[in-house]
Amino acid sequence: MQARKKYVLLGLCACCWLVLFYWGGGVQLRLLRLLTRHRGEVVRPWPNWTDRAFLPRYAHLDELQTDPGTAESPRQRRQAWSAIYKDSRCRMETCFDFTRCRRRGREGFRVYIYPSEKNDRVSESYRKILTSIGESRYYTSDPREACLFVLGIDTLDRDQLSGQFVPNVDERIRGYPLWNDGRNHLIFNLYSGTWPNYTEDLGFNIGQAILAKASLNTEHFRPGFDVSIPLFSKDHPQKGGERGWLVRNTIPPRRKYLLMFKGKRYLTGIGSDTRNALHHIHNGKDIVSLTTCRHGKDWEKHKDLVLSGSLSPEESLDSFICATCVQAACIPVLLSNGWELPFSDVIQWNQAVIEGDERLLLQVPSTVRAVGNERVLALRQRTQMLWEAYFSSVDKIVLTTLEIIKDRVFSHISRNKYMWNSLPGGLLVLPEYSTHLAHFPFYYLGLGVSPGQEFTAVIHAVSPLVSQSQPIMKLLQVVSKSKYCSQIIILWNSEKPPPSRSKWPPMPVPLTVTDGRRKTTSRFLPHVAIETEAVLSLDEDTVLLTSEVNFAFLVWRSFPERIVGYPPRSHFWDPLKRAWGYTSKWTNDYSIVLTGAAFYHRYYHYLFSHYLPQSLRTLVDRTSNCEDILMNFLVSAVTHLPPIKVAQRKQYKELPSPQGTKSVPWANPEHFNQRQECVNTFANWFGYMPLVHSQFRLDPVLFKDQVSVLRKKYKDLEKA
Amino acid sequence: ESQTCQKRRRMTSGNHCKSSWDASVSMYATGKYSSRGPALIPRMKTKHRIYYITLFSVVLLGLIATGMFQFWPHSIESAADWSLDKRSVHDAPLVRLPVSSPIPERGDLGCRMHTCFDVYRCGYNPKNRIKVYIYPLQKFVDELGVPISSTGLSREYNDLLSAISDSDFYTDDVTRACLFIPSIDVLNQNSLRIRETAQALAMLPRWDKGMNHLLFNMLPGGPPDYNTALDVPRDRALLAGGGFSTWTYRQGYDVSIPVYSPLSADVELPERQPGPRRYFILSSQTAIHREYRAELERLKEENGEALLLLDKCSNLSQGAAAARKRCYKGQVYDYPQILQESSFCVVLRGARLGQAALSDVLQAGCVPVILADSYILPFSEVLDWKRASVVIPEEKLSEMYTILKSIPHRQVEEMQRQARWFWEAYFSSMKAIGVTTLQIINDRIYPYAARTYEQWNNPPVVKWSSVNSPLFLPLIPPRAPGFTAVVLTYDRVESLFRVITEISKVPSLAKLLVVWNNQNKSPPEESLWPKIGVPLKVVRTKENKLSNRFFPYDEIETEAVLAIDDDIIMLTSDELQFGYEVWREFPDRLVGYPGRLHLWDHEMGKWKYESEWTNEVSMVLTGAAFYHKYFNYLYTYKMPGDIKNWVDAHMNCEDIAMNFLVANITGKAPIKVTPRKKFKCPECTAIDGLSLDQTHMVERSECINKFASVFGTMPLKVVEHRADPVLYKDDFPEKLKSFPNIGSL
Repeated sequence: MQARKKYVLLGLCACCWLVLFYWGGGVQLRLLRLLTRHRGEVVRPWPNWTDRAFLPRYAHLDELQTDPGTAESPRQRRQAWSAIYKDSRCRMETCFDFTRCRRRGREGFRVYIYPSEKNDRVSESYRKILTSIGESRYYTSDPREACLFVLGIDTLDRDQLSGQFVPNVDERIRGYPLWNDGRNHLIFNLYSGTWPNYTEDLGFNIGQAILAKASLNTEHFRPGFDVSIPLFSKDHPQKGGERGWLVRNTIPPRRKYLLMFKGKRYLTGIGSDTRNALHHIHNGKDIVSLTTCRHGKDWEKHKDLVLSGSLSPEESLDSFICATCVQAACIPVLLSNGWELPFSDVIQWNQAVIEGDERLLLQVPSTVRAVGNERVLALRQRTQMLWEAYFSSVDKIVLTTLEIIKDRVFSHISRNKYMWNSLPGGLLVLPEYSTHLAHFPFYYLGLGVSPGQEFTAVIHAVSPLVSQSQPIMKLLQVVSKSKYCSQIIILWNSEKPPPSRSKWPPMPVPLTVTDGRRKTTSRFLPHVAIETEAVLSLDEDTVLLTSEVNFAFLVWRSFPERIVGYPPRSHFWDPLKRAWGYTSKWTNDYSIVLTGAAFYHRYYHYLFSHYLPQSLRTLVDRTSNCEDILMNFLVSAVTHLPPIKVAQRKQYKELPSPQGTKSVPWANPEHFNQRQECVNTFANWFGYMPLVHSQFRLDPVLFKDQVSVLRKKYKDLEKA
Repeated sequence: ESQTCQKRRRMTSGNHCKSSWDASVSMYATGKYSSRGPALIPRMKTKHRIYYITLFSVVLLGLIATGMFQFWPHSIESAADWSLDKRSVHDAPLVRLPVSSPIPERGDLGCRMHTCFDVYRCGYNPKNRIKVYIYPLQKFVDELGVPISSTGLSREYNDLLSAISDSDFYTDDVTRACLFIPSIDVLNQNSLRIRETAQALAMLPRWDKGMNHLLFNMLPGGPPDYNTALDVPRDRALLAGGGFSTWTYRQGYDVSIPVYSPLSADVELPERQPGPRRYFILSSQTAIHREYRAELERLKEENGEALLLLDKCSNLSQGAAAARKRCYKGQVYDYPQILQESSFCVVLRGARLGQAALSDVLQAGCVPVILADSYILPFSEVLDWKRASVVIPEEKLSEMYTILKSIPHRQVEEMQRQARWFWEAYFSSMKAIGVTTLQIINDRIYPYAARTYEQWNNPPVVKWSSVNSPLFLPLIPPRAPGFTAVVLTYDRVESLFRVITEISKVPSLAKLLVVWNNQNKSPPEESLWPKIGVPLKVVRTKENKLSNRFFPYDEIETEAVLAIDDDIIMLTSDELQFGYEVWREFPDRLVGYPGRLHLWDHEMGKWKYESEWTNEVSMVLTGAAFYHKYFNYLYTYKMPGDIKNWVDAHMNCEDIAMNFLVANITGKAPIKVTPRKKFKCPECTAIDGLSLDQTHMVERSECINKFASVFGTMPLKVVEHRADPVLYKDDFPEKLKSFPNIGSL
């Protein structure tokens, strides 16, 4: 009778349970709660107090509006501050002398480089930095007009064990008459401290100087004062730089490996714990950790931050900085607590990388896996954008550093975060032109606005006005008849003085004649008279129809960041001459449209006159040639896209005519050779060939279709 | 033991509480019964069986009865509690602080999230949301019974806490919380006894050196030197403070918050259209340092009426009335209404950096001109203040007028709109301030799920009209990978084979994918298919749906997809290749052959579909179009509303839906390539007859109207251009052209 015993026992238990229930307090309840998973405390929101309405204000209105005020005068306070807040507590207000940059805008911001002494060894990297500054538009050789000073002494490597370590910096800089305790000085540094703990000690007192340093620790970073820069190797290109390696936006965007870590593994020293832990998430399949133990020349000095997601195996991740990972179009997964990211002042890193906490390393795989396809796609493009805008060359790194400081000095004419973080990047957006986003051709879509409905025609006149049948007269009439034309500006570049007003035909739109001072580049000067976003640049002898103008303008409104024009040209690589070639022959593709008749955004006038170096503009003025090629270089460098050619009724004047009239400069072979040279000179300055080929032209929808002419809006274009 | 239910009761209704209990009890019992019962009962004699079943029933009934018993009286009790819940602040339990109770250390300026914050408490969570616990209200008094704060819980702090407790961040479970908010009100340092407040903080049960604790403070510092951060020692606690300077603000750790202006709750200022205002610059603060006031007076002398310098009204006594009035030379103005009359409003620092006036100014849609050196602007970690304000160094006060005059009008208007938006979203109430603060901290802890710049900074009107193309990087993909042609077919095998043969002549074709949409019939045998030089795959679908054509099949390995109908045989190889070349230059657009247009029908007051020969194009038919594979993914998984089902139900308009989708996300028009053709194959007149049918056109018009209403806008863009080869129809030898065979029928 085993069963019976069991059941008696069970019955007893039940009785005990009941008894306990009635007298035993909360034992069962607790038990029950445990069994039914009613653990913890139950939702208990903040009470809705009955006397809520009678609670006192946190401060009286009076207290809020009437500030207690201080006895101290603000001027005295500011002076007192600069005495208190210095060295490690430096801020721009206290450690930077704004009066040195007194003059407004671009003109006020000048950088002086100390001459280097004969026996100074300057490393390759530092030489590149100095070259970049020297060639930038901010350089000055006169210390009196300088706002910022850069040392001639190489301070990049401050590791005492390094071969490039420069001793006695302290004594030397103190000897500089302009040192002024480091005020307004900018010090570049890549490596500091020495093995094994790599402190941030530079080995000399930087005083009130701004530090532009790679791998800055947040603890020592003086916010709003120092600049964190990316670490770069001595082989980093001076200019141009490679484009990112992202060439395709594949869907789904996953690659072979989900997560990859490449770097050194130390048994001791900084980051060794994390690195060892990294080894634990290595699974050999989609998460790999590649570590080496070899100590290279300057590899070991830095925190390897390349834990990168979605990295394909064939792309060699041959570097230790995040930037290379960025170039490789994989998304950096940053696990570096306390590291100030490069240019963190202006770049929104959380839109381009996946940040993790070193302490939560083991969560990284699940975090990365949880990232959606859309986000991977967006992150990859954004890392590419950042790479191309700020990291791909020493020039860009140095200029970004200078621009960040300049934005601080002239804070009311500076770029906002949106300008820094969207295409084409902060370096190509000059706040002196405007601080208003809608004034640039790049942000229309992002702001949800469309380009303006009107254009300004700028006619470049070189020959004197002698007869009423001159091409320019016809051109004026044709252009002024366009319903989109708001005004016409004639740029008078002739040797003769401009004719009186009455000589010009009457027109429905205002006409302005300005003096171009006989410079070819004057056609791209940012004339204040240009009020519309679109500019139609014209040569005096251009032959156009009103409907051609209208059609091209409508096309431009769809592509406001590009040049939209009529006659195309092309460039090509000549393997025999090992140089770039230029052709005006009829080809199946083109990379240039002539600005003798082209629409573009007026911002490019500003960029042409202020972003490009004086040397290139001088070249254009000297030869009276190539200004159109330079403009195409500029716009393609900004957009990474080709210009757009639109339909044109007749072939343009630059047709290679068989008999070749001597009077026209473009029939001259000399003229043509100059253009070949120009292409190479420009490519040299940009550091790469920005021009891009295109294979199509845009025609009206019914262009030369077999339908009634009456249906066609642009029938004039089809007349022979 | 009844506590559980009581607590729950406050959240939910009483009945719910009981029923959940009953359910759990009976579940427990039945679980036991079923696990033991079947194994034992068959072996027992009937007599015993009855006995035991009775016993079990008794036990079961007993349990239910006890359950009822346990609850019945308590539910009466908790009903009494219910009224107790409508408690007064004064009922908060009293806590006496011993004089010797420990004082926390002063905050460490080196604190950062990775050094002073315990992330393990937040952990990994699929929602990426931190959990916030609020301590119950207690009233702290010192040994003599004097409270630690002169005001106790303020209305603003109470609003803040109840807003947080209503938000998604809130948890009542102290063990699961990642962030702790003390109920000790430290918004205004003036009303605090610093040492005692610090002791009270240290008394909190989970204080643990202030780890993961968040304090809200708006008025820091006290006379004479007014520190820019709360003076209460607080160990490692995070501080959400109004009026931080760059020296006290721990970047990435503290949160800079606005100084709340109670006026915004009292006064309603309707939003004003951005535009020029009566005054150019307005200064409305009452306690400006005389040095600065002199400077402002000088500016006014120079620039006259454009400036309005207001001050306190001397004839009004202190109090609420005085706070709502401002005077200039005896003339009285209403505050804050007067702020709406000016384009720019000066916000000067006082003893403190953070000024409540900033909130008033933003509310009025006036662009703040902030003169407070080293001030960390509210929420500056996420808000782009350059788009809503002008920050001028104090030194340059005298240049203010020229600086402001140099700002373009359109930008001033945008700033006015932006200022108002900042106020509405982040300044308007204690709730907005509290939730924004928590969101910022949340973004730091889960940076991979952080809100974007656009989400934080774009006002709704911009969010609505702007587009962020998913393929924004200007890339011209290489030619080499080619494209994958996707042919949707039902059973027109003969025509299909002709299409396949035609397409296979295109040099850049990488793969051909036939989507076999006929479930009743198998595709022809392999041997019957035309022999072509590229891989050919047949995908059989489960249902005859039009959306099958846009499924992101794994077989599509290229970025470019050519969608083509099984009756499009009139496109030449040159035309297709050229289409692919054009697509490479516009990888984010639809690049197709036949173009269509949508028109607004003024008579009917709705959209109309147009397939006539028009000068404009706003759609391209996907019967022959190139597009990025990403759009397949979007079409299948991200199509808004019920459009996908509508398309499948009507067996029509999938192409219009695709045009809407692409235009909506990129903001760009499609590209029509090559001249117009009569897209008609001789054999399939019946089908064409259908597509020319009037009813068909009506249905397509309906589609446009339906989609426009689902998208809430008309995303399609009208253009007047199409793409042709550079030398198309030019007087040039045909054999030298890359694409000679274009436009031939």
